Amino acid sequence: MAELNTDGGGGKKGGGKVRSKKQNSKVDLTAMVDLAFLLITFFMLTTTLSKPQSMDLTLPDKEKDPNKKEEDIKVDENKTLTLLLGENGKLVSYMGMITTPLVAPKDFSYGKDGIRKELLKRMEQVKQYSTAKGEPGKGMIVIIKPSKKSTYRNLVDILDEMAIVGVNKTGSYAIVNDFLPEEVKLLEGNK
Amino acid sequence: MAKIKMKKKSTSTDMTAMCDVAFLLLTFFILTATAKTPEVLPVDTPQSTVQTKLPADNLSMLTIGKVDGKTAVFFDLKGKDVRKKALEFMAEKYNVTFTDKEAEEFGLMESFGVPIQNLKEILSMKAADRNKAGQPGIPKDSLDNQLKDWVLYSRKANIEVNDKELNFAIKGDAKEQYPAIKQIMDLLQDQKVNSFNLVTGLRGKNF
Repeated sequence: MAELNTDGGGGKKGGGKVRSKKQNSKVDLTAMVDLAFLLITFFMLTTTLSKPQSMDLTLPDKEKDPNKKEEDIKVDENKTLTLLLGENGKLVSYMGMITTPLVAPKDFSYGKDGIRKELLKRMEQVKQYSTAKGEPGKGMIVIIKPSKKSTYRNLVDILDEMAIVGVNKTGSYAIVNDFLPEEVKLLEGNK
Repeated sequence: MAKIKMKKKSTSTDMTAMCDVAFLLLTFFILTATAKTPEVLPVDTPQSTVQTKLPADNLSMLTIGKVDGKTAVFFDLKGKDVRKKALEFMAEKYNVTFTDKEAEEFGLMESFGVPIQNLKEILSMKAADRNKAGQPGIPKDSLDNQLKDWVLYSRKANIEVNDKELNFAIKGDAKEQYPAIKQIMDLLQDQKVNSFNLVTGLRGKNF
């Protein structure tokens, strides 16, 4: 290969013959290898990292049969947390029912210092409540209500939040589109 | 007597083999890497911490963004054969005929956002010109709901070609308002597609 004659132009000593000094044909490949590996790293990272990420979302089946009466599923108000997504990143959270909330509606911000603390706190509460009732497996039910003025970013942020705190491990979450008048008022008021 | 000398070992290693391997890998990665194609409808996707990757095949992507201040939906389908089949179905439904060359062109195209009646014009353009053509989005109102048919027939085409259910991904602009997204979700749900992917970008750890 590239290594044709390794011992330079030494030759025998003491011989009388004059030999032309052989040039070393070995090329220093270090720089070339460096470059090659740099490029490999670049291409490896760009090919795997350029794939877009995605978030799975499964919605409940739409019931279309008009003859079938819609069944109202009763859920324990002690376990339901409602999140209202409003305009300009407004986020209201309350527990229980809107007319008689167990935890009064309050504004939160997105992110780890805002809604996540609240979610974790409430999850812990619900866990204690369920354990006291003798059914420790049942967790919190989060109802997400995105208003017409909320943006897609808000929705994804909240879904992301659900994934981070792991609501799905014990309880569940759902996107609901019906707004009660009280809830509309909550989002409209004190802008 | 001659002195006994320690034979000096050369510190330089033979890099030939290493170099060979490195370039072999480099060639492989260059060839497998697909060049990032410019997006017809650029959108700013919201960020999330979820790390699941989007599937590479059996996928249809619905891009929701703004064109001239109005919400527009662009449609993309992966797989050349699936695209051609879907176009065939659509051509039949809307009484538009496409030549073989146009069908071939459609198979290689990226996402598009024109009514099927104007698709011929877009197909006759060069790839670079398509982005500048000002595509208005696929009609999706109740009078002319072509998007619904695209979704329906691509699913059909995918089952025929790949024998698998088609996945849908929604790539929405972060600033898009919820009703626009909901409309697309409803459209998918009307066809009993209840599970889909939301395309997001990577968020920093500090969120």
